[in-house]
Amino acid sequence: MNLLEIKDFSLEIGNTTILNGVNLKLREGQLHGLIGESGSGKSLTSLSVMQLLPSGSETSGSIRFDGREITALGESEMCDLRGNEIGMIFQEPMTALNPLMSIGDQVAETIRIHTPMSPAEAQAKAAKVLARVGLPQDKFPMSRFPHELSGGQRQRVGIAMAVALRPRILIADEPTTALDVATQAQILDLLKQLVEEEGMALLLITHDLAVVADLADEVSIMRHGEVVESGDALPLFTNMQHAYTKQLFSASTHVPTRKSVKPSEDGRLLEVAGLVRAYPKARTSLFSKREVFRAVNGVSFEIHQGENVGLVGESGCGKSTLARAILGLDRVQGGTIRLKDAEISAEKKIGHSQRRAMQVVFQDPYGSFNPRHRVSRLVAEPLHVLPDAPIGKERERLVADTLEEVGLRAEDTEKYIHEFSGGQRQRIAIARALIIRPSLIILDEAVSALDVSIRAQILDLLADLSDRLTLSYLFISHDLSVVRAVTDRVLVMQQGVIVEQGNTEELFSAPEHPYTRQLISAAPDLNLAVERRQHSELRRN
Amino acid sequence: MADRSFLAEMRRNPSLVIGFVLSSLFIVGAVISFIWTPFSVEDVDIANKLRQPDAEHWFGTDHFGRDIFSMILVGARISIAVALIAVGVGMVIGVPLGLAAAANRGSLLDEIIMRGNDLIFAFPSLVIAILITAVFSPTATNAIIAIGIFNIPVFARLSRGAALSLSSREFLLAARVAGKGPVRNSIEHILPNMTNLLIVQGTIQFSLGILAEAGLSYVGLGAQPPTPSWGRMLAESQTMFSFAPHLALFPGLAIILTVLGLNLLGDGLRDFFDPRIRRARQ
Repeated sequence: MNLLEIKDFSLEIGNTTILNGVNLKLREGQLHGLIGESGSGKSLTSLSVMQLLPSGSETSGSIRFDGREITALGESEMCDLRGNEIGMIFQEPMTALNPLMSIGDQVAETIRIHTPMSPAEAQAKAAKVLARVGLPQDKFPMSRFPHELSGGQRQRVGIAMAVALRPRILIADEPTTALDVATQAQILDLLKQLVEEEGMALLLITHDLAVVADLADEVSIMRHGEVVESGDALPLFTNMQHAYTKQLFSASTHVPTRKSVKPSEDGRLLEVAGLVRAYPKARTSLFSKREVFRAVNGVSFEIHQGENVGLVGESGCGKSTLARAILGLDRVQGGTIRLKDAEISAEKKIGHSQRRAMQVVFQDPYGSFNPRHRVSRLVAEPLHVLPDAPIGKERERLVADTLEEVGLRAEDTEKYIHEFSGGQRQRIAIARALIIRPSLIILDEAVSALDVSIRAQILDLLADLSDRLTLSYLFISHDLSVVRAVTDRVLVMQQGVIVEQGNTEELFSAPEHPYTRQLISAAPDLNLAVERRQHSELRRN
Repeated sequence: MADRSFLAEMRRNPSLVIGFVLSSLFIVGAVISFIWTPFSVEDVDIANKLRQPDAEHWFGTDHFGRDIFSMILVGARISIAVALIAVGVGMVIGVPLGLAAAANRGSLLDEIIMRGNDLIFAFPSLVIAILITAVFSPTATNAIIAIGIFNIPVFARLSRGAALSLSSREFLLAARVAGKGPVRNSIEHILPNMTNLLIVQGTIQFSLGILAEAGLSYVGLGAQPPTPSWGRMLAESQTMFSFAPHLALFPGLAIILTVLGLNLLGDGLRDFFDPRIRRARQ
């Protein structure tokens, strides 16, 4: 029996077709993965089920929940369904919780909206649910507020709110995208457990095939508002029919081809020795001494000419702080940074010759550009560190060439940044870094915000550039599969300290430090997951 | 910016249209008053005093028989000039101070600038304005200085805050990595990205300036007679309010409509100049 059945459902918002004849079935006790890149309509599919569509939406087709036609229900009937029969978990655990309410009250509130419980009963029930999702009262009292919890714990509260009334369907919209790999694995385990033990149906929406590969019973692939392929997970993964599914799969496991470089011992480009970056913490009381938080605590490493080095670690481990210090953006409290045998420090003015040796590409393709300048000006920005920067026609020529080098067109120079997609913007960011031909580019989560197929293209571009121009990268990422694909050497960072470093392949195949092992085992791996499932399938037969 | 896109934008943005029409009405009136007014505002005509509005005197006449419509036109000139220059003074001094404070965040310079701002903010503005105009003789110039001083901390705080929030944006980090110094970044990246804030705050301060000028002239410390001013017209009308309410009505309406128009205009301009909001609406 299908608990949820979406049939030929179409959605238009202000004359733009968002969903086009979507078909989707969800059975009791089943975990259904809905996969698509940004803009594919996967989130609006879930909002259609909740009937939480933006104003100006026109729909056709049918959505049946337990045999009832949802699209025909009124708002008050939908309110009964939401939370009670259909629960929802959101991507961003901080914004999905009310910061002024304790976690116990938030869960209890959800319960009291739908059931005639007394406040005390609701509190007791909330305590049970919170313990169920891994927040037992003795460790996490219900009087805690969201800001006192970590991201993973907040997401657990979000899950508790969604499952408090034991809904029959749980919709999770990118529930782990904002979380670290280790936390992601725990949350996915919890969701899987809830489905198995409570018999709920889970619609897990994600852009990441690897996330669902281990868990899902059925999978649907969405693109441009249509479900292009759908079916049981394992047959679908092993025998993909639609071209887009194949493309998505290969993009997710994409490894760019690179010439392997043998870095020469004397070609030292960057030397970091004993680097300390410390912040004073807030005073605990008026007269106490301010304690110091060491975000980067005695970090030493080297990057050689033409070498690609990865820096991995969880969010908050000090990766980006380290990058900022190397770039000379922040003062350091100890240690030295030498680039091409000249010291870098934020106190002194950094010479143009050093500036031209090092550039950066940031994560956010939207915030990285001044929205009021044209591309020609944005890309040409670093040129002023050149003593003989070209002017006039020559400058235009250089900007156009650099754009073509990163796969854009020379005509794009006259456009503004908002006319480009996320992937194109990241290409422009690379062009801006590249235009002065630096020796080192720091890539701070440079592909993390991109869809998998775009990410594969950008990784190819980076690999190609580094081969052709003997460029070094410091590739900072929380995504281990990406780091493994593009780097020669990896540094693993935990709480401001580099706990392990070594040749990429050696380190990934034989990690020594327990933290490295934990990171690697928690990271979802699409190929491995499919293999594992094939094995267990074989064993069962 | 092409005129065509401006016209297209006008149709989509009613507050811009209304604000633009109201504000330009008074600005045009003020400009016209330089070359022509229906009657001279300095001629006393006792025979025609306190006339109700009619075809000859559109807004009626006051207790000296002067044409109120003409006085409103000339008064617009004073109000707009005083408020505009005062806002200009505030911006020209306040914005660089704020940017300098933001660029040297936490330094002694930052402290001096911002505590100085707090000091000015802590004084009741109208009292200080009265003090200044009373000490240095009540003229329009002194009114400008008095109102202008109180605009400085408004713009300094606004631009410091905006600059600080912009300075953590990645495009400013990228510019610093590209080797650009704080002065250059402030001019090239920060200032253009806070123009919409400055425009909105500028129009609000402009309207507050008009109110402040009216207040100063109301207590007799603005432009001196015989130069007409909206504030003084209101002050003079209050003893005759029971039998000649039109004396208060027209200058009062002029103040309200100008202030309203400027506020709407500021709002509309902010939307117009911001490429992101424009794109979202298209």
